Amino acid sequence: MGLRSFFDKIEPNFLKGGKLEKYYALYEMVESFVYTQKTVTTVAPHARDYVDLKRVMSYVVLATVPCILMAFYNTGLQSNMALQGLGLSDKTDWVFFSSDWRLFLLTMLGIPLDSTNVLANMAHGMLYFLPIYAVTLIVGGTWEVIFAVVRGHEVNEGFLVTSMLYTLILPASSPLWQVALGISFGVVLGKEVFGGTGKNFLNPALVGRAFLYFAYPASMSGDTIWTPVDGFSGATALGITALDGHEALAAADITWMDAFIGTIQGSLGETSAIAAFIGGAFLIYTRIANWRLIVGCLIGMIGFSTLLNWIGSDTNPMFAMPWHWHLVLGGYAFGLVFMVTEPVSGAMTNTGRFYYGALIGFMVVMIRVVNPAFPEGMMLAILFGNIFAPLIDYFVVKANIKRRAARHV
Amino acid sequence: MEGLVSLFVKAIFIENLALSFFLGMCTFLAVSKKIETALGLGISVTVVQAITVPANNLILTYLLNDGALAWAGLEGVDLRFLGLISYIGVIAAIVQILEMILDRFFPALYNALGIFLPLITVNCAILGGSLFMVERNYDFAESTVYGISSGIGWALAITCMAGVREKLKYSDVPGGLRGLGITFITAGLMAMGFMAFSGVKL
Repeated sequence: MGLRSFFDKIEPNFLKGGKLEKYYALYEMVESFVYTQKTVTTVAPHARDYVDLKRVMSYVVLATVPCILMAFYNTGLQSNMALQGLGLSDKTDWVFFSSDWRLFLLTMLGIPLDSTNVLANMAHGMLYFLPIYAVTLIVGGTWEVIFAVVRGHEVNEGFLVTSMLYTLILPASSPLWQVALGISFGVVLGKEVFGGTGKNFLNPALVGRAFLYFAYPASMSGDTIWTPVDGFSGATALGITALDGHEALAAADITWMDAFIGTIQGSLGETSAIAAFIGGAFLIYTRIANWRLIVGCLIGMIGFSTLLNWIGSDTNPMFAMPWHWHLVLGGYAFGLVFMVTEPVSGAMTNTGRFYYGALIGFMVVMIRVVNPAFPEGMMLAILFGNIFAPLIDYFVVKANIKRRAARHV
Repeated sequence: MEGLVSLFVKAIFIENLALSFFLGMCTFLAVSKKIETALGLGISVTVVQAITVPANNLILTYLLNDGALAWAGLEGVDLRFLGLISYIGVIAAIVQILEMILDRFFPALYNALGIFLPLITVNCAILGGSLFMVERNYDFAESTVYGISSGIGWALAITCMAGVREKLKYSDVPGGLRGLGITFITAGLMAMGFMAFSGVKL
């Protein structure tokens, strides 16, 4: 029996009047995962375009692939380097290996803890990435299905994007119960209480992350969380800059190229600027991401950081950080490509998109430089931008009405 | 001067009356359905705040403070226990005047604000502004700047809130949460976004 006929056979149970009617959302989710949707629009407007919601979402997931690969590599690289630095990498002590299931598994599979071995790094990093991603998918997916079943809407592919972005912006050492809590908060209060995909006003992945950041600051910020090796402490590049200025990065052996490629401390998938830009190029090429948002955000960031360079400060070394460092450090590149361009929570008008992007670009530099409480500001800058997006649209529309009214008196 | 500028920025963003102190919530939640009305109310609050905080500052310095009545020959008189009632009196009077002005010159806004205009009298953000002025020992210049900027901060918050709520008209909120429930959640999430400023030292 083919898969199609299997679906056809069980479908009546889920339709109206069937005995499993309540669980239609679940059935629809599995079926539309395998086959193209059968339902087509019957009333106008008809958009003659193959890029539907499902395609958009899967393109975004596809665009994160470079970041995922870099997340594997860099997490493994940092862990292996830390283990080597602590002199633990060639230890064959049974007690040591059985203390951590990842090390145990790697040893059993004969994978060396060697930071020069790319595949070994990736394998090690994967063992950190996958549990976090699995927990995110299971817990967030459960919420998604519960809401879909109770409220009678369909399970949406949007969650795949949210879960992937959420995983990529978490530190590798995040405790799994916090991962679960964060995604619950993000999915339920960031999205589902507003009615699901496309009806929220904040980015759900960022809501979850920000919730964790403010609720559990000890395990979401500091110097010991970025590399998940006990007893190892490494500040993020922005943490170093906040203390001693970007010149101090050279002393910490971080070149601009390192930051660009992403072999530095940071959350799982956000360290690599180049990986984010590859994904960004793909998104702009497929017109999933609007280039106006990206240009606006770059202008805001470059403009404000150059202004601060020019003003200068004796006490705050962050003032002197040039824009090309702002671009590659922290979550700027990742946020720029995947979060600023999110169509739901951003500004919807073309002119508004420039202002919205510029506001985020301005805010991220503002938080990084002026606010000593947070070394990194991309997450909060985007949430802040999300809040202002409807207002920006409102004023753009108003201005347009005024302009056209003046033309046709 | 620099102190006044930093006070200005601080009162708008870092110590936003609505989103970090959660003051003036009743009007913040009730009159934030439409951007235009919210903007009008925000401006009214800013005007009231800009007048009442410095006015109350003058009253405090020249009438109520310990020994302030020395100019009238009354040494050692401390009338600070009359503080609350004086501030509320000043606020009520100014709101009355503002109401008459709006009624005469901006009838549309006057009708849109409805009951909430007289209610500015008991808006906790307004009284809160005056009490913060007392607590933090602002002088006259500082209280003028604080009055204006805290009003602007509150206006900014309610306008943003109205923008978000206009967008949320298209959302599909579960039955039990519709109306005030989702507005409370929205206000909380917005406050999280405004956390971006917490910790800025000026």
